[in-house]
Amino acid sequence: MQQSALFEYVLRMSDDSLILSQRLSEWCGHGPILEEDIALTNISLDLLGQAISLYDLAGELEGAGRNHDQLAYLRYENEYKNVLLVEQPNGDFAMTILRQFFFDAFRLPLYEALMQSPIEQLAAIAAKSVKETRYHLKHTSEWVIRMGDGTEESHRRAQDAIDHLWRYTNELFYENEIDQTLQTEGKVPSLATIHTQWLNTVSEVLNEATLQIPANNWKFDGGREGRHSEHMGYLLSDLQYMQRAYPNMEW
Amino acid sequence: MVVAADIRSFLEEVSDPEIPVLTITDLGVVQQIYLQDQTWVVELTPTYSGCPAMQQIEEDILAKLREKGIANAKVKHILSPAWTTDWISEEGRQKLRLYGIAPPVNEPDKSALFSEPPRVSCPKCNSKDTRMVSLFGSTACKAHYQCNACQEPFDYFKCLK
Repeated sequence: MQQSALFEYVLRMSDDSLILSQRLSEWCGHGPILEEDIALTNISLDLLGQAISLYDLAGELEGAGRNHDQLAYLRYENEYKNVLLVEQPNGDFAMTILRQFFFDAFRLPLYEALMQSPIEQLAAIAAKSVKETRYHLKHTSEWVIRMGDGTEESHRRAQDAIDHLWRYTNELFYENEIDQTLQTEGKVPSLATIHTQWLNTVSEVLNEATLQIPANNWKFDGGREGRHSEHMGYLLSDLQYMQRAYPNMEW
Repeated sequence: MVVAADIRSFLEEVSDPEIPVLTITDLGVVQQIYLQDQTWVVELTPTYSGCPAMQQIEEDILAKLREKGIANAKVKHILSPAWTTDWISEEGRQKLRLYGIAPPVNEPDKSALFSEPPRVSCPKCNSKDTRMVSLFGSTACKAHYQCNACQEPFDYFKCLK
């Protein structure tokens, strides 16, 4: 039971990283400027690398002989446990940056806390990834401020993105019995604490950007239980195409 | 009888696939080397999680050892302690400069938004009058700079700590 709770926990993190990486990679060759095209794909690559380490750990914990490729490519939609936020379409540049900003502001304190985890391999992945995530959060925070405090149009687009994505942010802090088990054992941090840190970062940056946190508190969840938005199936058909068409292929 | 120091010296002949003037020992990614159950284990630390060069480096290490007559070897990836640019050797830094890449300098805290980018000397003309074009460069480990004095664009190997 303990191993399977930890497997599920690591799988959630792996899926968040993989699916967001896949979304960002869609920008490759389409960035609004060359530097930003490269930045988005660099971040995508970092997330993919983190996903590989996390999937390998998940595979070890599961003990069923599945490696990162099998976990990433050969599961069905309802077996993915990522939050709905990361599977949402790229939209315009503001939507992509805000989605990434909300995620980075969550991942950074999570990794910082997991560096203290007694699960050695998880702490090692966190220590490695925290350095990369700091770059990501700095980059997205600066863009949020530039857009929010920029022109009338960039402000409007950034605020629209916040208004649209806000409903997906609460799920980042979704907890069920798996979290409770692992928290009681002192293996993972409480997400309530991470939520407070997240809200501090988000409030600070949005305030600086002259953007508003929406009053509407309508929230979605389901991703952590394998219930996804309609976009997920299309994303997976792209992601899994090569493995499904040519089983066991390797680069 | 081959010892770990021999293996390490063989690995000094393996270059980084992205920056071929650097060897993997200059880069500081090779950690412990030891014999376990008749197999040589080479511990390798990734620079960035998603660095595509790591797989190539692993293959190059095994190929080099085979060339030296050592068939029983494997590469073990280790994440902790995490790699930092401090592990790039002094010789490695010099090689980077000659190759046209500015080596890492100590950078201010990354949590500060809109902070001044690090002051990096131009690897071509040594001028300190340079500017950052983009925090993200041609690979995950580099930022893109331009020299205001000689106008040359150049890569800067970002500080990772």
